[in-house]
Amino acid sequence: MTSFIKPRISRKSAPKNKIGLTRQDYDGTMSTLCAGCGHDSVTAALARAFFELSIKPHKVAKISGIGCSSKTTSYLLKEAHGANTVHGRMPSFATGAMAANTSLTYFGVSGDGDSLSIGIGQMIHAMRRNANMLYVLENNGVYGLTKGQFSASADIGSVAKKGTVNDQPPIDPCALGLSVGASFIARSFSGDREQLVKLIRAGLMHKGFALIDVISPCVSFNDHKGSTKSYEHTYKYYSKLVHADYIPPAEEIKAAYDVGESMPIVLHDGGEIILRKLDPSYDPSDRSSAFSKITNNNTKEIATGLIYINKNLSDMAEQNNLQERPLNQIPYKELNPGLDNLKEIQKSFR
Amino acid sequence: MKPTDTNNPDYFHKVVDCQWACPAHTPVPTYIRQIAQGDYTGAYLTNRASNVFPGILGRVCDRPCEPACRRGRVEEKPVAICRLKRVAADHKDDIKQYLPKKPSVLNGKKIALVGAGPASFTVANDLAPLGYNCTIYEKLSKPGGLMRSNIPAFRLPEEVLMEELNYIIDMGVKLKLNTPINSMRSLLQEGYDAIFVGSGAPKGKDLNLPGRWEDKKHIHIGINWLEEVAFEHTKKIGDNVLIIGVGNTAMDCCRTSLRLGAKSVKVMGRKPRSFFKASDWEVEDAEEENVEIIINHSPEGFITKNGRLTGMLFSIMEHDIDADGNILNSKSIAKVTIPCDDVILAIGQENAFPWIEVDAGIEFDQWNVPIVDKKTFESTKKGVFFGGDSAFGPKNIIWAVEHGHQAAISIHNHCRGVSLKQRAPDEIKLKSTKMGMFEWSYSNSYDESERRKMEHVDLVKRFSKLNMEVEVGYSPDQIATEVQRCLNCDIQTVFDAPKCTECDACIDICPVECLSITENTHNEDIIRKSLNSDKNELNQSLFISEELKFTNRIMVKDENICLHCGLCAERCPTAAWDMSEGIVKIHHADSQDTEYVSEVIK
Repeated sequence: MTSFIKPRISRKSAPKNKIGLTRQDYDGTMSTLCAGCGHDSVTAALARAFFELSIKPHKVAKISGIGCSSKTTSYLLKEAHGANTVHGRMPSFATGAMAANTSLTYFGVSGDGDSLSIGIGQMIHAMRRNANMLYVLENNGVYGLTKGQFSASADIGSVAKKGTVNDQPPIDPCALGLSVGASFIARSFSGDREQLVKLIRAGLMHKGFALIDVISPCVSFNDHKGSTKSYEHTYKYYSKLVHADYIPPAEEIKAAYDVGESMPIVLHDGGEIILRKLDPSYDPSDRSSAFSKITNNNTKEIATGLIYINKNLSDMAEQNNLQERPLNQIPYKELNPGLDNLKEIQKSFR
Repeated sequence: MKPTDTNNPDYFHKVVDCQWACPAHTPVPTYIRQIAQGDYTGAYLTNRASNVFPGILGRVCDRPCEPACRRGRVEEKPVAICRLKRVAADHKDDIKQYLPKKPSVLNGKKIALVGAGPASFTVANDLAPLGYNCTIYEKLSKPGGLMRSNIPAFRLPEEVLMEELNYIIDMGVKLKLNTPINSMRSLLQEGYDAIFVGSGAPKGKDLNLPGRWEDKKHIHIGINWLEEVAFEHTKKIGDNVLIIGVGNTAMDCCRTSLRLGAKSVKVMGRKPRSFFKASDWEVEDAEEENVEIIINHSPEGFITKNGRLTGMLFSIMEHDIDADGNILNSKSIAKVTIPCDDVILAIGQENAFPWIEVDAGIEFDQWNVPIVDKKTFESTKKGVFFGGDSAFGPKNIIWAVEHGHQAAISIHNHCRGVSLKQRAPDEIKLKSTKMGMFEWSYSNSYDESERRKMEHVDLVKRFSKLNMEVEVGYSPDQIATEVQRCLNCDIQTVFDAPKCTECDACIDICPVECLSITENTHNEDIIRKSLNSDKNELNQSLFISEELKFTNRIMVKDENICLHCGLCAERCPTAAWDMSEGIVKIHHADSQDTEYVSEVIK
């Protein structure tokens, strides 16, 4: 707990983005998470990505469920729309919101408990529908809010704070996403801000479901020797597979990447996601090679970066012919077909 | 890049921008905290140890600290450092018991000090308690130097001046008034162990334009005229007065003219306002009294009729100014005559030593300024020292004080046969301010109040007497607010690299994003980029840590924008960051031999 507040200071020389806001304008309330929690770094990375993309805070919907992770949404973008939903129900809530209003930028924050235990069914279906949202899964391998029991993402052999060894296999959200049709799958680490911010930028601009599994250590219950989700362990075995960054359409692509290693992916808005592969044999647009890369891993190495991307998959709005106009902007007369039309429609089902 | 050497006392000292900018290195945040705690006496003594004249400087200092103040990087106006100094002086108790006393046994060394201004008094202040027999020679009938003759009493009341001079006189310093030194050669023969010259830059510059000598009575030299007013030899002036010059002396001249009965006073400048030498606040105070400030008027000549000044001729100037504010070209576009009854010339002053004989052994440079060592303040003649305006030309009181401190060290070394170069170096002590969970021994929360405005005596009342002090001082409410605006820059962020687990908590909490963990490279630009650091302020340091244990990256901090709020240290789960009070120890003559080792108290 904290007994201090982060002051809002707009220093004279603070850099401003294209819409004239400073990074501080993307802050939320003061975090009440434990000092050193990885989730706070994810918050900061999200705020930075939104700042860099010059997204208007009031055109964002931030949705979360229950858990330490789900508090994240309060800690940034205080001008955005937001809801803390029932435990594990964030994906359904977001899907519904999206159906009513596709004009907002949606992002959900969840944890390994919220997503991989109580809410696993919800998450799978949001991925299956390819709902156009960024889904950040803050993964620390324990239930921090209930004092550190193993979660469904705990690795075999990981040791709990009191010495218990986990021997159940973990659910890998990235493998799960690949199997059910998510179109953007990435893994990162709260300690690698540079990579995380770029992945978030790419994920936000990707049209479709973008999952980022972020290893985000729990300083209170899972940051000790023997834990496979501690800062020390993650820094040790952390490896970068693919660099990814979103380049807006107006910006010239300055970085010169070696042919064969770089892979520009043009998005719907004309911007590009530039991939730079550190392993030339790896192809992130190939679903089966992505699957084998993350499942057939015999080393302790944690592969991070953009694992899989498919920009050709139509998203939920396209599949269901959703209106671009938000429902709340459609006049009642137009929204309500009227009794006569209703009768016509009903007749067609008879 | 190599890790920053924070053991170098200058590193943390430089972070305290106000203290670093102050010639005498007054520990500003320390005394502001003492004021916040109601310890006005303590705050006064803290000031006095560095700048000797807190009551005087709290009113009339040139305030090099304020433009440097970190607060000015967050909002428009810096902390009112100078006004708070006056608060300490106004509200202190009797401090005599805390001052050094004349020792019962003197050391037998005799020092002559020429000129009773701030430089000589500082030398006496430092040396008299060590047993030196100090004698100050002054040509005027009252002590104070330019603090008395050039600074009008409505800005600096005589009681304040005399109080602080008396503290030093009471240390057994002999003051010989009405005793001008007319010959350096004979002074040298009087058997003094050392001589200090602190006689200022007493010669006001003249303006040799057509008509200058036709009416000597109504064309005045600013500093001479102010002195005549201060000593009550001049008691009135004409209705319409022109002041030529835009420095602080010009501001004193125009405001003094109003008090002597002038109806209309104009300050004439050759260039636009951004080129004015006067401090902004002095110009503001003059305008508040309805002084007219006229720019782009270059004087061309004095107009007289039957030997009586009637006006002045000016060229109206047009300046070609580039984007950086430099004048590229100037031309006269018209001529204008402005009628007046008196003109006061306030266009600068220079050194003058008619009393130092050519063969006295003291060398002068081509501008007739004595050749003085910048560190030791010794002239080319052994045992003769210069300080204040007489050393390097006109500066200000706070510089004179610092010159005095340095000259005192030299005189002390000279008299006991120690090399003048052997001077105790600055040192720094670090003391943690941590008192418990989220508890620090300083007020670390950011207070967003704006600078308090100094109230002035109302316009009608202030002209009733020549010596009516205009500024009334801060009220208790204003004091309480203003002290909280100080960011406590001397509470340093001290980083212990081996403790860091690279969790980024400090980086995330920092309200100004002045921290980063990044790959170590030799390219400072890349490191600055990771911080969004402002390249225009490269005179501010970057802190570079040792390599961190998990990734060999480095913790970097941009000292420029840090607000010393301590949130990094509050948020750090392993206490790798600590907020430590950095006490900079600057040695004066009295502590040259003291064993004082830099240390870290955890």
